[in-house]
Amino acid sequence: MLSVRDLHASVGDKPILKGLSLDVPAGEVHAIMGPNGAGKSTLSYVLTGREGYEVTQGSASLDGDDLLSLSPDERAAKGLFLSFQYPLEIPGVPALTFVRTAMNAQRKARGEPEVAAPEFLKRARATAAALKMDFEMLRRGLNVGFSGGEKKRMEIFQMAMLSPRFLILDETDSGLDIDALKIVAEGVNALRSPERAMLVITHYQRLLDYIRPDRVHVLAAGRIVASGGPELALELERSGYDRYGEAA
Amino acid sequence: MNAVAPNPLSKAAGWMNGQALPTRRDESFRWSDMARALRAVPPASPPSVAPGWPGPFEGLADRELIFVNGYETGPDLALLGSETLAVRFIADTVDTAHLARLKIEVMAGHAALLLESYEGRGQGYFANTVLDIELGEGATLERVAVLDEPEGAVSVSTAVVRMGAEARYAQTVIAGGAKLQRHETHLHHPGLGARARLDGIYLLGGARHADITTAVTHEGLEGETSQLTKGVVADAARGVFQGKIVVAHGADKTDARMRHDAILLSDRAEVDAKPELLIYADDVSCAHGNTVGALDEEALFYARSRGIPAAAARTLLTQAFVAEVVERIQHEAAAAAAGAWVERRLEAISA
Repeated sequence: MLSVRDLHASVGDKPILKGLSLDVPAGEVHAIMGPNGAGKSTLSYVLTGREGYEVTQGSASLDGDDLLSLSPDERAAKGLFLSFQYPLEIPGVPALTFVRTAMNAQRKARGEPEVAAPEFLKRARATAAALKMDFEMLRRGLNVGFSGGEKKRMEIFQMAMLSPRFLILDETDSGLDIDALKIVAEGVNALRSPERAMLVITHYQRLLDYIRPDRVHVLAAGRIVASGGPELALELERSGYDRYGEAA
Repeated sequence: MNAVAPNPLSKAAGWMNGQALPTRRDESFRWSDMARALRAVPPASPPSVAPGWPGPFEGLADRELIFVNGYETGPDLALLGSETLAVRFIADTVDTAHLARLKIEVMAGHAALLLESYEGRGQGYFANTVLDIELGEGATLERVAVLDEPEGAVSVSTAVVRMGAEARYAQTVIAGGAKLQRHETHLHHPGLGARARLDGIYLLGGARHADITTAVTHEGLEGETSQLTKGVVADAARGVFQGKIVVAHGADKTDARMRHDAILLSDRAEVDAKPELLIYADDVSCAHGNTVGALDEEALFYARSRGIPAAAARTLLTQAFVAEVVERIQHEAAAAAAGAWVERRLEAISA
């Protein structure tokens, strides 16, 4: 599904990713762990096409489609979704309006008909209920005045509504207490399916107790330096990242 | 007693009779050089028939006054009770000039809605509009003006507003710009529990220019004024906001607030703003704020990463930015009509 080959990327003049390769097949959940500054967030921004993140070498594709030549919105229409570490506040745009605009834009890009308002509202209500969200929050400005946990829940709400094929979760556990973490993890796990794949980026093992990965990769100094099964995450939790610190 | 100042209405009307057009050396016109935009006042516009198109407030008014190229179909005094009046200033002409004058009075104790539209279909014209507005004691007037004119037009609208004691006056000016477009309001605020709101939105693309100028003079005790203007400027367009609040000697306990915020969508776009507070009274509560910035790139990426294309994302974010001003329009149907016009204009300039 997702295939990244020898990816090099810079921010400004500073190389951050230095030959990263990664394959995530459909139906699998892969975790990327690594110390601060390893390039975890850079990877998520390069894959989603944020300006200022320049790819200098290598390739990234989703089901054979070259991602790097597409705009961020075209990548989203192909089914790529990034759950932000720090979701943005957008005053004046209710969450419902934002999600419906995004959903219809994606549908239009794929040549599908727009979603009808009653159908959209019905799905929004069901999704909000599953995530134990107050539906009235969805009528207020997106994320405005929300707590860290509420913002993360709103990300999962959007993810569930847009039903992407490839999910990137960037430090989704940060700022969550244990109850919120469980709800968010349930929301994510509900999206696991044979046609879908996920990349879970995290500094800590904690999230992986709730979202069980099939594979764990260690990202250090811009490259994948170790890969293994779920046991690798537990080992990292015990021994820390020190031995990968000088991997470059 | 108030000093005798030159009446802005007779001054504006005088341009049609050979009085010199303001240049950038005139302080109040330094960013809207009329002499440069026009060189000379063009020949008089011909009469024309009433327009066959619907105005931006179609279906909302109890009665309608239509000025076509300055020629009016009704009386030059509109005496308002509690009702909705649409006034449409139509310019359907090329390279000519005209003056439209109207006096509007809201009777004491009545609440009226004035829906004002500037609808230009010609090109290269000079439309000069002069409005004399009076609110009786305890009267309420909400005024919503949409300025929808072609890019080659020069259009200047000047209003003097006088309020009686305990009156309520609220205006929202929504400007799409032209070669030179200016909407100017002089408000005489009597204090005495009267309240005023003067808001504005300008949405400009191409090489358009819009100027929203207000001058509020608080002349009595305990008056309230609130002002909020927001602008979105793309391409090589230019927005001007001049807001002056004078708190005269003796107008103690005045409460006056003014905000102006603008977003530039391009490096060539320009905004000139001059918020001004002149306070000659004691124990007043006055504040002004002014910001000019770019659209939040992070929010733009966030929206795009969810599948919203760049132009649509800019429309969404700029619409949210100006929504606060639209929401301050109290009359719901007028707010909806204004909001629809704003959305169409934002789609056009965000593309």
